[in-house]
Amino acid sequence: MKSLADLQAIREKMQRQMDLRDADGDQIRVVVGMATCGIAAGARPVLTAFLEEIEKRDLKNITVAQTGCIGVCRLEPIVEVYVPGQEKVTYVKMSPDKVPAVVSEHLVNGRVVTDYTIGAAE
Amino acid sequence: MKDLSLHILDIAQNSITAGARHLDLTLTEEAGQIAFTVTDDGCGMSRALLEQVSDPFTTTRTTRKMGLGIPLLRMAAEQTGGSVEITSTEGAGTTLRAVFNAAHIDCPPPGDMGDTLSLLIQGAPVLEIVYTRAAHGRRFRLDTAELREQLGPQVSLAQPEVALWVRDYIREQEAALHSPEPRTASGDRP
Repeated sequence: MKSLADLQAIREKMQRQMDLRDADGDQIRVVVGMATCGIAAGARPVLTAFLEEIEKRDLKNITVAQTGCIGVCRLEPIVEVYVPGQEKVTYVKMSPDKVPAVVSEHLVNGRVVTDYTIGAAE
Repeated sequence: MKDLSLHILDIAQNSITAGARHLDLTLTEEAGQIAFTVTDDGCGMSRALLEQVSDPFTTTRTTRKMGLGIPLLRMAAEQTGGSVEITSTEGAGTTLRAVFNAAHIDCPPPGDMGDTLSLLIQGAPVLEIVYTRAAHGRRFRLDTAELREQLGPQVSLAQPEVALWVRDYIREQEAALHSPEPRTASGDRP
């Protein structure tokens, strides 16, 4: 069973890592649409899959955030990726099984997964 | 929306948009009924907005002229013979209470509150959330103030590792609520 005391260990581990981490300036932002349209289309497991994948790979330069309706409800779940200095990339009709590819190809290796983008869907 | 936890996630996003600092969530299963409440101290609604908030053609967003969160919830509750009540005071906050008749064939299952809570906390890491789950005479309570106390000022509740811990912790505690032999959950308070 997990207990609140586990958080002490997480705290100590993260404080050690914080000394090593570079300035927050070059953080990649992953933004998931979590309005009614997103949630109904399955955004919750997509967001959880991003957290799991980032945690599994121990990626420190990625911030996961949530937003409201992005405006193209029929293409939900939608995920936007902001890499500093580059144009925003919009992934549409996301599912948990597409997440590992986006994390490893785009967030780690810097290659956009074109097949899942809004450009490929439209 | 397949289950109640998804409705709760959706409704609670309205509280975040309303600028709430405190959010009180309860999910209670008792005597043939499942009910949840979402109480916030956000900006509240005017009487005029409150009157039309269940209309799908009412929304505060600017991307389009529809808002389906509350209408979908009302439909789901009322088709089981339940109800949705919303009270709101402008400048003070809003309370929503949804009641479902658990015996009705259309009653959605409670769903995964571990997923819902972990993502709410991850998305709004400075919001004070108190969540209470009651079932079969047992109770589990989670207060983000207690999590923050353990984590200290430097570690955010938005960290993936923390969010996943919150999810697994709630899943375990809620499974214990439904386990056959009486057991006191470690997160439980007398």
